Amino acid sequence: MNLHLTQHSGVPPYLQIISQIKQLIASGRLNVDQELLPIRVLAEKLLINPNTVARAYRELETAGWLYTKRGAGTFVAAGTTAFSAETCRKQIRERVCALLVEAAHMNISVAELIKLIREMGNDLGKGDKES
Amino acid sequence: MNSTDNNVVDIRHLTRRFNDKAALQDVTVRIPRGQVFGIVGENGAGKTTLIKHILGLYRAQHGSVSVFGMDPVKHPKEVLSRIGYLSEQPDFPEWMTIAQFMNYMAAFYPNWDRQYAAQLLEMASLDARKKIRELSKGQQARVGLCAAQAHRPELLVLDEPSSGLDPVARREILAAVIRTVVHEGRSVLLSSHLLEEVERVCDHLLFFSNGEVLLSDSMEAVLDRHYQITLRRPGQLEWQALPGVFNAVADNGEWQLFCFADIDQLTGLLQLQGAQILDTRRLSLNEAFLARSSQRHTPGRIA
Repeated sequence: MNLHLTQHSGVPPYLQIISQIKQLIASGRLNVDQELLPIRVLAEKLLINPNTVARAYRELETAGWLYTKRGAGTFVAAGTTAFSAETCRKQIRERVCALLVEAAHMNISVAELIKLIREMGNDLGKGDKES
Repeated sequence: MNSTDNNVVDIRHLTRRFNDKAALQDVTVRIPRGQVFGIVGENGAGKTTLIKHILGLYRAQHGSVSVFGMDPVKHPKEVLSRIGYLSEQPDFPEWMTIAQFMNYMAAFYPNWDRQYAAQLLEMASLDARKKIRELSKGQQARVGLCAAQAHRPELLVLDEPSSGLDPVARREILAAVIRTVVHEGRSVLLSSHLLEEVERVCDHLLFFSNGEVLLSDSMEAVLDRHYQITLRRPGQLEWQALPGVFNAVADNGEWQLFCFADIDQLTGLLQLQGAQILDTRRLSLNEAFLARSSQRHTPGRIA
């Protein structure tokens, strides 16, 4: 479980942990039912307050990405997220919106963007477990 | 430890004057057991003065200071033996070797753990046979850090420990902070200018300005409630009347508001007043600090 926190990014550390764990799960580098590092171990590894790690795990659990077994640890949950379809769409829309604005600034056309998304989607589909 | 309270440090209404200047103004601070407590503020804001009261180096002029339930001025031995302390410029006996220095320090602390001390030196890649004089600034700081931990203090006090240190030495300081709270639920008081580090390791943030507490809240709240709002609105904006807004700048027909508030409630209120919200952006601790610091330097009202 290789996470990196960047400073000066303006993104609070717990949100960085959340997005990176989602990334690891989505790309298949963390498998269903695989155990995550214990909070204290990850805190020492990342040099971060253990409560921050606990918060990230808690929010990922609420959102359905992880589950905990009492006294045993935290594990990757199976399948879909626990968000409603509507919430999911809303969140994705917001991100797509930000992406479109940025792409327009950089003179990247929508067609080009779609192509890029398709390519990256195919790469994810393969599940780069080795990397 | 007083069983009725779970605060390692309990400071109430502490005021301190040097000549005519108020260094601390009615400061109330409680540090609960098991927390990493961060203190930030500009130079001369009162951080070190507060720490010196905790160490019993200053007597409270007004108000009270209690550490582990005791007055550190009346019970220096009992209090200091349970504290580990590292300052920005530790005063080392430079002619000693590291081993001699650690022996010397051990004499002050009944709980000194020689085995643990050796382990800490090893983790910090320090050769105990070397003279302190021969060490780099970063290595000296590491020696100070080992000495501050070897008696497994209930409270680790770090007063700008990272100032002027290389990234490796700074990392070790952060590691010591995390180790302290992770393994034995002990407490840390960290005063620092390196806000990214404070953001990373602290549970609670105390923001000092001119000897006064400007903000004291959980790090979670500090990061979740500091926002910059960009809005458009015709006419004047009486931003001082808005809850949680502590600074505002008019910019080409747009307003930048800096706030510490529930962002949904505040934007709702602004919209009711006819404002068009263009953007809301979360502030990092660094940005919040700068926005709050400049608040004191801008005139009260901006046209």
